[in-house]
Amino acid sequence: MMSHRVLTVLNLAAAAAMVGAIYMALVQAPSAINLTETDRWAQRIIYFHVPSAWLSMLAFFVTFVAAILYLVRPQPRWDILARCSAELGIAFTVGATASGSIWAKPAWNTWWTWDPRLTTYTIVLLLYIAYFMLRGAIEEPERRARFASVYSIFAFVSVPITFMSIRWWNTIHPVILDPNEDFGLGPGMTVAFVFCILAFTVLYVALLANRLRVEYTIERVAALRARLLA
Amino acid sequence: MKRYLRVIAAVWWKDVRVELRSKDIFTGMAVFAALALLILNFAFELRVPDKRMVVPGVLWVTVAFASVLGLGRAFISEKDRGSLAGLLLAPVDRSAVYFGKMLANLVFILVVELFILPLTVLFFNVSLISLPLLLVILLGTIGLAVVGTIFSALTVNTRAREVLLPILLFPIILPVLVSGIRMTIGLLEGDPLSKLGNWLQLLIIFDILYLAIAFLTFDYVVEE
Repeated sequence: MMSHRVLTVLNLAAAAAMVGAIYMALVQAPSAINLTETDRWAQRIIYFHVPSAWLSMLAFFVTFVAAILYLVRPQPRWDILARCSAELGIAFTVGATASGSIWAKPAWNTWWTWDPRLTTYTIVLLLYIAYFMLRGAIEEPERRARFASVYSIFAFVSVPITFMSIRWWNTIHPVILDPNEDFGLGPGMTVAFVFCILAFTVLYVALLANRLRVEYTIERVAALRARLLA
Repeated sequence: MKRYLRVIAAVWWKDVRVELRSKDIFTGMAVFAALALLILNFAFELRVPDKRMVVPGVLWVTVAFASVLGLGRAFISEKDRGSLAGLLLAPVDRSAVYFGKMLANLVFILVVELFILPLTVLFFNVSLISLPLLLVILLGTIGLAVVGTIFSALTVNTRAREVLLPILLFPIILPVLVSGIRMTIGLLEGDPLSKLGNWLQLLIIFDILYLAIAFLTFDYVVEE
């Protein structure tokens, strides 16, 4: 378990990084050229949207790895790690979807389109909601951990296949809105962009560390109570 | 290896024989499929220029929904009769039990599809029965049975197991439905199967990959 001091440093670092990220995204980064007023503001979404999307994938990857580790060596800590990371993954998925939708309104003139990335993202969200529903439907902790691990392996492997199938599906239709266009970031923008990705990653690590600490504390309280009442 | 195959055959035959006597799964799935076709017919009638345009979607939605109904029974009936423990106590490799059950589910779904297909031809006035299409349906059904069987084992020990199975299953098998529908559209429009090679590959890769994951993880699902 992480010491209290390390956690404090991590929390402060995450807070500072996020304040820095807001400054970089809204003030330091230059405006995009060749865009209307609204689109110039909307374009700044990438400093929030892309890091969120990247972190959701990182979080689900951590869940996937922790699930495999749990099946190889069934220790509760791997299951706790898998669950906490999946929770954060869902939060960042919602963040990325919502911010993307807000950006899409001025950029594509619609809140929603059945673009491969959007569709895949919706399915990812449903996959991990199903993951938590499965967890919620099993009482026994050891079995819950095992079943959830198996399901999260299926879920993570399915994401690239689903993305591919939906992309093929759409490319057969005429493409009206091409979301794969290069954003063409200028040098000032790249600095802010990379900074934001790093800041969000620190935020993820800090959130995960705090979440794990809460879980370990819950476990310790349960163990102490069991000992006192025994 | 020979013994392993014998175990698979034994589990498969046990399930088929139970089904031949009770006909629970088949009647349930078939009647449900007929109702689904009926509802989908009313849902699309008059709303699309030609009813035949929606046939690929109607076919795969019906197959997917009817399958979930049957897949759920695969382990629930074992569990309720208390025969699951006996099956797992048998001194055999548990993955053989998985393969036996999976193949039984595969046969059940295929039999129901043999009922759904002519019914779709009848209701939607479209010619569906061709060798390439049957191959596509077979590959799609393998995908459904492969993932469905292990998730059926996964949900049997949970609360609200009937509700949980489709929720777990559908987001995972989406590529099967997408490629199945796409190939059915292509074949109905007269494309040869060779023109749909991408989709065929995707479906085959899906089937093999998920069979491998199920083979690797089934032990953890039935471990007590």
